[in-house]
Amino acid sequence: MSETMTHDTHHDEHPSGIKRWLFTTNHKDIGTLYLWFSFIMFMLGGAMALVIRAELFQPGMQIVDPNFFNMMTTLHGLIMVFGAIMPAFVGLANWQVPLMIGAPDMALPRMNNWSFWILPFAATMLVAPMFMGDNFMSGQGPAFGWTFYAPLSGQYDKLAFFVFAVHLLGFSSIMGSINIIATILNMRAPGMTLMKMPMFVWTWLITAFLLIAVMPVLAGAVTMLLTDKYFGTSFFDAAGGGDPVLFQHVFWFFGHPEVYIMILPAFGIISEIIPTFARKKLFGYASMVYAVASIAFLSFIVWAHHMFTVGMPVAGELYFMYATVMIAVPTAVKVFNWATTMWRGSMTFETPMLWAVGTVFLFTIGGFTGLMLGVAPADFQYHDTYFVVAHFHYVLVSGALFGIIAGVMYWLPKWTGNMYNEGLGKLHFWLTMIGMNLTFFPMHFTGLAGMPRRYSDYPLQFAEFNQISTIGAFIFGFSQLIMLYLIIKCIKGGEKATDEVWEGSHGLEWTLPSPAPYHSFDTAPEIK
Amino acid sequence: MSSTHGGYYVPQPSHWPITGSIGLFLATGGFAMALPDKAGDPIGSLGVMYAGFAVLAVMLFGWFGTVIKESQAGMYNDQVDRSFRMGMTWFIFSEVMFFAAFFGALYYIRIFADPWLGGAGNNLSTHEWLYPEYTSHWPTNGPGNVGGDFQTMGPWGIPAINTLILLCSGVTVTWAHWGLKKENRGQLILGLFATVALGFIFVGFQAYEYIHAYSDLNLKLNSGAYGSTFYMLTGFHGLHVTIGAIMLLVVLLRSMKGHFSEENHFAFEAAAWYWHFVDVVWLGLFIFVYWLV
Repeated sequence: MSETMTHDTHHDEHPSGIKRWLFTTNHKDIGTLYLWFSFIMFMLGGAMALVIRAELFQPGMQIVDPNFFNMMTTLHGLIMVFGAIMPAFVGLANWQVPLMIGAPDMALPRMNNWSFWILPFAATMLVAPMFMGDNFMSGQGPAFGWTFYAPLSGQYDKLAFFVFAVHLLGFSSIMGSINIIATILNMRAPGMTLMKMPMFVWTWLITAFLLIAVMPVLAGAVTMLLTDKYFGTSFFDAAGGGDPVLFQHVFWFFGHPEVYIMILPAFGIISEIIPTFARKKLFGYASMVYAVASIAFLSFIVWAHHMFTVGMPVAGELYFMYATVMIAVPTAVKVFNWATTMWRGSMTFETPMLWAVGTVFLFTIGGFTGLMLGVAPADFQYHDTYFVVAHFHYVLVSGALFGIIAGVMYWLPKWTGNMYNEGLGKLHFWLTMIGMNLTFFPMHFTGLAGMPRRYSDYPLQFAEFNQISTIGAFIFGFSQLIMLYLIIKCIKGGEKATDEVWEGSHGLEWTLPSPAPYHSFDTAPEIK
Repeated sequence: MSSTHGGYYVPQPSHWPITGSIGLFLATGGFAMALPDKAGDPIGSLGVMYAGFAVLAVMLFGWFGTVIKESQAGMYNDQVDRSFRMGMTWFIFSEVMFFAAFFGALYYIRIFADPWLGGAGNNLSTHEWLYPEYTSHWPTNGPGNVGGDFQTMGPWGIPAINTLILLCSGVTVTWAHWGLKKENRGQLILGLFATVALGFIFVGFQAYEYIHAYSDLNLKLNSGAYGSTFYMLTGFHGLHVTIGAIMLLVVLLRSMKGHFSEENHFAFEAAAWYWHFVDVVWLGLFIFVYWLV
């Protein structure tokens, strides 16, 4: 390759304005797009959650009609999972993986662009039917819960839009994951062996594998729904020899690994942050790697614990119970390693550390309720109650979302070159912490008392707990505007960040200037 | 080289990805709008879908064209080549998992759902309350006799011939690869031509078989669980054979234009991997869909 030619191909074209974002092949631009898209979806999904909470403030129907309520629960779940959490992690991977492994960019930059630019179209397809009714309240959005169980989802009039939206989302995830795997396996700086990789990179490598393994299965599930509804197949119809329970098996074969897809990168992020602010090396690096790999493996063989009450043979119940409870072992290894990393560290609690510690603390609560739910006979009591809602919000909000925010705060100075406002960061953390716990902790009690999830109305006895939840949800929701303000303020200016940013920072990304240059590592660094 | 990104080719901004997104959006959205809703009248026609496919075709042509041009200009070093190889490998893995969903559905129905419908095990209620007359059997179209009585396709006619065709095509594509490595262009082109021809003959037989099933055996897509799994599995397989044959056809045309060298022929290998993948899927189909009924 001649000097002039490589010069031509690398440095001459920098479109500005909208074209820069539409056509970009740069991992930082694409990471930024992912993160902003995720934030917009987070706001949209959050607004839907507030509609749900406002309606549930009192018994009886006050604000919306039941179908609209069902649309809100369905779309809130789908948008948060596929629109907010997953794209945020891919955005963080885009920004950070090349920086952390010493690569010039992602391995397949054009496909990287495509992975992102499918998402807005898929989201449009998902939400569009909401606006196809005669008026807004009678919209025809999906209203069958985010798990879209057959045969209920088969009665949905605009099912095809939903199915194709899921196809597109899957397409995007698979391409994004292929790119991340190729980048991690092929683009590491000389000397960075697999067991020297930062934990965030490790967790994403395993997450990407999970995504490639299960997103096609989800595509298969929605394809069967599509053909059952429009082309006369009988996959989920007992009259034709099929079985509605088959849908649940196929769905949860995707769905359970999906749960870990949404948590493993957060584990990686806090495994980066805690050592920095404890000013110690991560305790038990190798065991952390093996724990993540074990969790990923186990995620493939536990899916039917979501279906304990569906009518499985007892042998199935027992197997899925024991396999599920086994996950507690590698998860506990991680939690103990984080705690041990902090043990006798010289700790400071800047915003990213607050979020990281909050994640460890609250995620563990979600883990414990997960153990309770994993015990098959006990699950018959908890199944489809608010106890389940409390459980998965403790792992998804205070696990995945807190992890994402921790990562954004941790790396924001590296991205923008400016420090964020520490006071605002702490205010945001504490308000979110209070709001989040006010929202979801009482749900454990409403659930144990027997309130089923996904209902728009409830008996008077549940009113107090629901009111506390609603108040908490509004505090939680509106606190997020502080984050928006903080981020915009940080992009616009502020105290200049040093290259290391944090006193105890470790890893390649901190050897680059802040803000990181447009092309990350022109020359690959040497790792000793 | 130091002024480059470690020699790794990072392409310039490209409009092909967003073109592809628009194509996908039109194709899927157009299809969705053309499907009937409750009232029975779709809100759109298939025109939008065709437009979407046209955009996708243009995108594929343009994007692959760009990649081929860059490759021919020698912009890809070994590291870029490895990225492509990993990309193709993991893409094929994702395809394997897509088929796994449908194979899984087949096994679940045969091993669990159908016996339970017939009253086996402790899942009696559906049998007791809804279908007490039903006895479990395979192939089945369920207690509702959905789609009416049908016959199945015997394995030792066309399916066996098709198995032979695909196995032979696996041999011819390997023979072509040897030709490429020995720099024997004639062997390369002849081997590829034979592979593509065998691929399209396979698809032709498959189409003939479908017509036969529909007109003579009353075996249709809506023939209950058997019809569903039979057509979805063989149909998606046939689609993948078609895609693989088109990939090999492009490789054939490029070989005739003098592309590829003995060391540098990732496109050939990618297409060949894909071809072996559809081959293996077919063996699974032959055993579990045609043979073990």
